[in-house]
Amino acid sequence: MSDVKSARPLSPHLSIYKFRPTMAMSIVHRITGGALYVGTILLVWWLVAASSGPDAFSSASWFFGSFLGQLILFGYSWALIHHMLGGIRHFAWDMGYADSRETSTKLAQATLIGSITLTVLLWLGIWIFG
Amino acid sequence: MSDFRTPLRRVRGLGAAGGTEHFWQQRLTAISNLVLITVFLILLLTLMDESYEGVRAAFANPFVGIIMALMVISATIHMKLGMQVIIEDYIHGGAKLPLLILNTFFAIAVAAASLFAIVKMSFGV
Repeated sequence: MSDVKSARPLSPHLSIYKFRPTMAMSIVHRITGGALYVGTILLVWWLVAASSGPDAFSSASWFFGSFLGQLILFGYSWALIHHMLGGIRHFAWDMGYADSRETSTKLAQATLIGSITLTVLLWLGIWIFG
Repeated sequence: MSDFRTPLRRVRGLGAAGGTEHFWQQRLTAISNLVLITVFLILLLTLMDESYEGVRAAFANPFVGIIMALMVISATIHMKLGMQVIIEDYIHGGAKLPLLILNTFFAIAVAAASLFAIVKMSFGV
């Protein structure tokens, strides 16, 4: 166990930096990751219900079809798409691309715009064709 | 002077060892997640308004079973690694180790329950 023994300054010094889109998308990547983590309980519920029998499956289906269930799935799909796009951004950086100040800022903004656009398109498709 | 070990030998295995492996596994599962979860989303869209029988018929397909099982394995490894980093970054002191253990147990529990359900449906029981 590595306890912090003294009040050493920990990097990064968030307070001395101006808040940038890249910082916002960095913490959103973690938050969406955490949400996806907890939300796997929904996946387990759906799979176990489907494997258990018609009664368990119909209760799960009822929940996912309810207003609350649809709201959760909407949020969950956004978190998933956002985390996916963020991950692709990280792949670009890992391979040494798009890491200049200007490009990384644009890419951070594009991640948010892209994830919202794709999520809205996905659910429009579901409501129109579903 | 009875210690004939080199300085390198004495420090090997100490400190933040294993970071490269962690980093690599995170990226590797990110690549497989990208493919497997996209396929899973498409599957979900086709099953959305399907009846219980329809869903069971889909899961009886070996291709669906294999993709779903791989998706669960890839995703649970990825999320275990990610949550580990979050805990290590923000939690210091006595709560850190129990949380790291809980994190591993949670990821394994999610994987076990999901894989059990997938295998059960694949074999049509």
